[in-house]
This record gives sequence, C-alpha cells and structure tokens, in this order.
Amino acid sequence: MQEKNIEFLEDSFKQFYFEHFDLIHVPENSNQREFGFQKFNSGMKRHISLKTDKDLHLLLMQNIPSDLYCSNACYSFPNLPMSEKDWQNADLIFDIDAKDLHLDVRNEHCCIKCSDCSEISPLKTSCPKCESHKISIISLTCKSCIKAVKEEVRKLNEILINDFSIDKNDVKIFFSGNEGFHLHVKSSSYQDLGSKERAELTDYIMLRGIIPETLGFKKFNPEKSSFPNFDEPGWRGRVAKQLYVTKSKKSESIKQIISSGYTNFQKNLEEIKEQIGVKIDPNVTVDIHRIFRLAGSINSKSGLTKILVDDLEKFDPYVDACLFNDEKITLRANCPISFTLKNKNFGPYSNEITTVPRFAAIYMICKGIAFLT
Amino acid sequence: MVNLGVDEIIKYPFLTEAGQYLQDKGFTLEQFGTDSDLKKIVDNAFERICIAADGKIYKSETSNSTNLPMEVFSFLIAVILLKLTGRNTLIRRFSLAEARRAEHFLEKDLMDHKDQTNEQLALKIMRDLFSLNINKSTDGFSIPISDYLKHSINFHEREWKIINRKVSDGKVFLTSHETVRLVRKELDLHITSKINSSSVPPMLEGFEDYVGKLKLLARKFEVKIIESTEYPPCIKHAIEVLEKGENLSHSGRFLLGTYLLGKGQTVEQIAPLFKNAPDYNEKVTLYQLNHLAGNSGLTKYACPSCEKVKSQDLCFATEECDNIINPTQFGRKRL
Repeated sequence: MQEKNIEFLEDSFKQFYFEHFDLIHVPENSNQREFGFQKFNSGMKRHISLKTDKDLHLLLMQNIPSDLYCSNACYSFPNLPMSEKDWQNADLIFDIDAKDLHLDVRNEHCCIKCSDCSEISPLKTSCPKCESHKISIISLTCKSCIKAVKEEVRKLNEILINDFSIDKNDVKIFFSGNEGFHLHVKSSSYQDLGSKERAELTDYIMLRGIIPETLGFKKFNPEKSSFPNFDEPGWRGRVAKQLYVTKSKKSESIKQIISSGYTNFQKNLEEIKEQIGVKIDPNVTVDIHRIFRLAGSINSKSGLTKILVDDLEKFDPYVDACLFNDEKITLRANCPISFTLKNKNFGPYSNEITTVPRFAAIYMICKGIAFLT
Repeated sequence: MVNLGVDEIIKYPFLTEAGQYLQDKGFTLEQFGTDSDLKKIVDNAFERICIAADGKIYKSETSNSTNLPMEVFSFLIAVILLKLTGRNTLIRRFSLAEARRAEHFLEKDLMDHKDQTNEQLALKIMRDLFSLNINKSTDGFSIPISDYLKHSINFHEREWKIINRKVSDGKVFLTSHETVRLVRKELDLHITSKINSSSVPPMLEGFEDYVGKLKLLARKFEVKIIESTEYPPCIKHAIEVLEKGENLSHSGRFLLGTYLLGKGQTVEQIAPLFKNAPDYNEKVTLYQLNHLAGNSGLTKYACPSCEKVKSQDLCFATEECDNIINPTQFGRKRL
C-alpha cells in the first residue's frame, strides 16, 4: 500500500481509537494473555504483555496498529517466547466466515485484483490484462452471505448450549470485522483441553466422521428400532429431522434407507453433513496458541470493527460495525461491482475520481479498490 | 489412595507398591530366589508373564482368600522378573494383558448392584487414578465431555469419536464396558510405569534361569521392518501440485514439510520443492521449514495423522495405504 494511503488510514484509526477508548478493553486475566499487533505493510509483532486498559490505549496511540490481537490462551509468562510461556488454559473460540460457506451468491459480490499488474476486474481465474494467475479475490458487502453466516452462528450456539452444556451467558458473539462472526466461550469446563481434544469438538460441531452405526444402521441385519427418534437430543435428533422431514414419515423413511443399503446411507450422510454440519473454521478452534482479533479493534481487511453482537437477528454489520464518520474524501476508485455501507450504495467505479464519506473511503482503501490521489 | 481388602488386591495388584508390600508381609526379594517353598510363586510369576506374552489374560480366583499370597505375589514377582529381564516387548505385553485383566474386574464392579463397596471402589479407581468422573444412572454411565475427550483421543477407531457417541447436556453416555475400555491405555501405562520404576538390583540369586528364559522368549517377538522408499499418495499429490506451479494450501505444505523432515531430509533438501509455488519466497520457506524442524529451539512438528490429512481434503488413499494411521507408515512392512 502506498505511503499516502497508509498515512490516511493510520490517522483515521488513531482518531477512531482516541474517540472510542470505551469500545476497546483488555480481556479478563489480561496479565496472563499474549497480545500482538501488525502495522500496515509490516509483519506481526507478538509476545506483548498488557495488564490494563491504559496499557492497551497507550499501545494504540503509540503504534497505531492496522490489526490488534490477543491470545485466547492464558500463560504464566505471556511475554516470553512460545516454548517458555507455560500454557495454562485457553478459551474456546470459533470462527465462521462467509468464504467457507461457498455460496453461489458470492460470485456476485467478488472481483479480482492481479498481484502482478494490479488490474481489478470481474471474477475470473486469471488476470484479463496480463493473464497472470497470481490473483487475489476481493469480496465486498453482501447481506445474503451475512444472513447465511448468522444461521451457522445460531446452529453453533445451539450445540454449545444444549450438547456441550455451556452457559449461554458465557458465549459471546462478535462480528469479526470483515465477513464473519467469532464466538468466544469463557470459563467453561473445556478451558484446559489440548489441541487434539478440540479437534474432536470441531469434528462434532461440523458433523464430520459420523458413521451409519451411530444412527442405528448396522452393516448386517439393520433394525428399524435402532434408528433415531425425531426429538432425540444431539446429532441423532438433528439428523432424524433431516432424514424423515416429519415425524409421521419416520417409518417409511427408515424402510427406504434400509432398502437403499449401507453404502448409500454413508453417501447420504456426507450430503447431510454439508447441509446441517456447522461450517466453522476448524483451524481456529484447534489452535491453542493463537492470537485472535481483539474485540473493539478495527479489521484492516475492511475498516469495519470487531464488535460484540447483542441481538444477532437485528445486527447489521454494514451499519453497526461501520463506525467512521462521513467527512467527504476524494479518491480514485476502480471496482466493477457495487456495495452498500450505512445503507448507502457505492459503485461500480471505472478507475475514476470520486468523493465518498470517510467510512466508505476507508472500506475501499482497505479492500484495495481505491487509493488517494 | 484406596483402602484395599484381600479381594481388591487380587483384582488390582498394581495399586500396591511391590517392595513395600513384600516387606509388610515379612518377605525380602532375596528369599524368593533362594527359598524352595517360595519357588512355586516365582514359577507362577514366570507363567503369568508367558501367558501375557502369548496375548492371553491370566485368570485368578478372587473369592478364595487363601490364594492371596500366590495371586498377589505372582504379580509382584512378575514385575521384578520383567525389570530384571529389561525387555520392553515383554513389559508391553504384560502391561496390556494385566490392564485387560483389571478391566474385566472394573467392569464387573461397576455393575455390581448388590455390593456398593465394589462399585464405590471401581468408581474411586477411575476417578483417582484416571481423573474420570463417572455418573451412574438408570440409562448406564455418563462422563463429562472434557473427561471423555482426554481419554478417547488415544483411540483411532471411528466409533470412539465423540460424533459417534450419544452426547447431551455436556455428557457422553457409555455402557460399563465402554467406560472401562476408555482407560485401558492409561491402565496399561500405569502398569508399565510401575514395572519401570520398581527398584531392583542388577540380578537376584535364583532368578538367573527365569531371566534367561524370558530373554529367549522376548526374541520371539523381535520384528524386522522393511520400508519402501515410495511416497504415499498424499505426499505425491502435494509434490505434483507444487510441480505444476499451483497453490498448495498451508495444511498441504505443513504435511509435505513434516513428512520429508520425518524421513530424514534436511531443510536445504526440501526447500527447492516449493520453488514453483505462486507465492514462493526463499527466506520465508527456509524460515518455515526450520520452524517445522524445531531448529528455532521450539517444538519439532510431527507429520499429521491420516485422519487429520483426510479432514483437510489432502488424502488420496489407495489400497497400498493398507489402513495406516500416519503417512510416515506408508510402505512399512513387518517381516
């Protein structure tokens, strides 16, 4: 990114943090957490220890990070190198991102930027100008994607509360600051689980690795009575609803399943996994040494803020997490698709000079579809 | 930890400290090698090891308390014989057989509706020794999910995955058999550590013949392993992707790097493989490979399991994979 744009973003971020100290706090047990940050056009700085909100606010003012992170883990010595930190426990964390849902609608709000010649064009597998395959995909705002991600959040929340018996007050939902949601679970009986155990939890949540026997379909002499009931707890009940559709169709459905055979049922379960398994990013949950975006900080991929969500239904990230002001900014924009922020439509732009509110300017520069002239 | 009665010691002899127990009963280790009256016990201990080596489980009479010295001593002397023999293959076989023997009693005790003491003892062993908090209800047994996971990750069979268990309200529901089976590995390790930590002199008079025979027996189980140099399909695929200049995912690069490092290749030998990657950067590649190799003084990373590789859509298993559980086992055959 060019120096002028970095300066603009840093000035905007600094002013934002200065005016919104109330939004950004150190988490519980802050003295046991590892903090880290990145600056624009620079690498990650990790192994930082911050004890109070004052320390955090000082870091923000002195360094003006593009992105700010904090460990989900607690350590005895958070600022020492990883091997000497002495890991104690870690909050359960989940990341659900629109890109992992592979929705068809995604093609409508994505464009590409060539890493070689910087050309921006509609979604393709190579650059139409220089034919390079080194391209990055730029995804812009999409309400349908957010709606679908919210549905995944609801499914995950249900499993955490009903299956894992986690107190609903201990599950906090955050908008990630780009196109997904983060769930943090604190003070649960899962705090001291290692990476392998968490991998098992992710398989459970995603419905990965389920075998026909779990649903009562034995390889030899399957019995109708072993199949799940409609209102059973856990995945047996959820899969039953998917298989039978209605309670009254249970008997008929089971008959059909048995007559189609074991192997077909296995295939059927793979499809069901895609339909009702929760689409979390398992790598995030199994990583017990991760530094995770800090709530209240700005996500430099979009300029939107990672923010606590109280009412998932009503929450609109493109309004509620878009917190910069509407001072007019002039820049050069190049974007073949339009997007909506704070209920205002922007674009498409054909490599043209335009004047937009600061919140849109920041979004466009962060996305790489505009720059200051 | 647990107050043991006569029957309990027979069932769970590994709960005692061998040396202390013999001393409490007025015996010294030396007596077993020299006293002809005690020879039967050493014979019995030897037999107990042979049965275990054969993959069978030693059977004993728990209700006849006159058998106590023979039953318990044979276990304790077997521990001494194994330590003197120093053959891991026999120690492993013995520990596993004894773990399975104890499993049988634990399961019976957990289901003992008549004698609350037996049930309480089994629950206490599970809790104190293996940190497993078991709840008994009319439906069977349930344990907290986090407790279950700490034990079940030792299993590779799919039926132990939590997705294939009845889960509700933070608990996993199990039968008594499954509950006990869950701790077999830990029981096994507990007995192994008992043997390895027992304090014995280099040799005891009168034990030489037994030790000699056991060393011979151990030879029977020595296996030669031949290993082909062919790469498993997942590794071939990763290399092909890179050769074509296509993008290999982070997990794919991790798999390739850890596999080749595990096979003894150096960072310098592996790095050129990544030259065709669309985002190739020599400095970053070397840094990351050195990191995987543990050269930065941190953890040395191992090649991920087949299950993990499968979950990352990087598995392209063929018949030659032959149910291996880690790509590094590909092409390895026992003679």
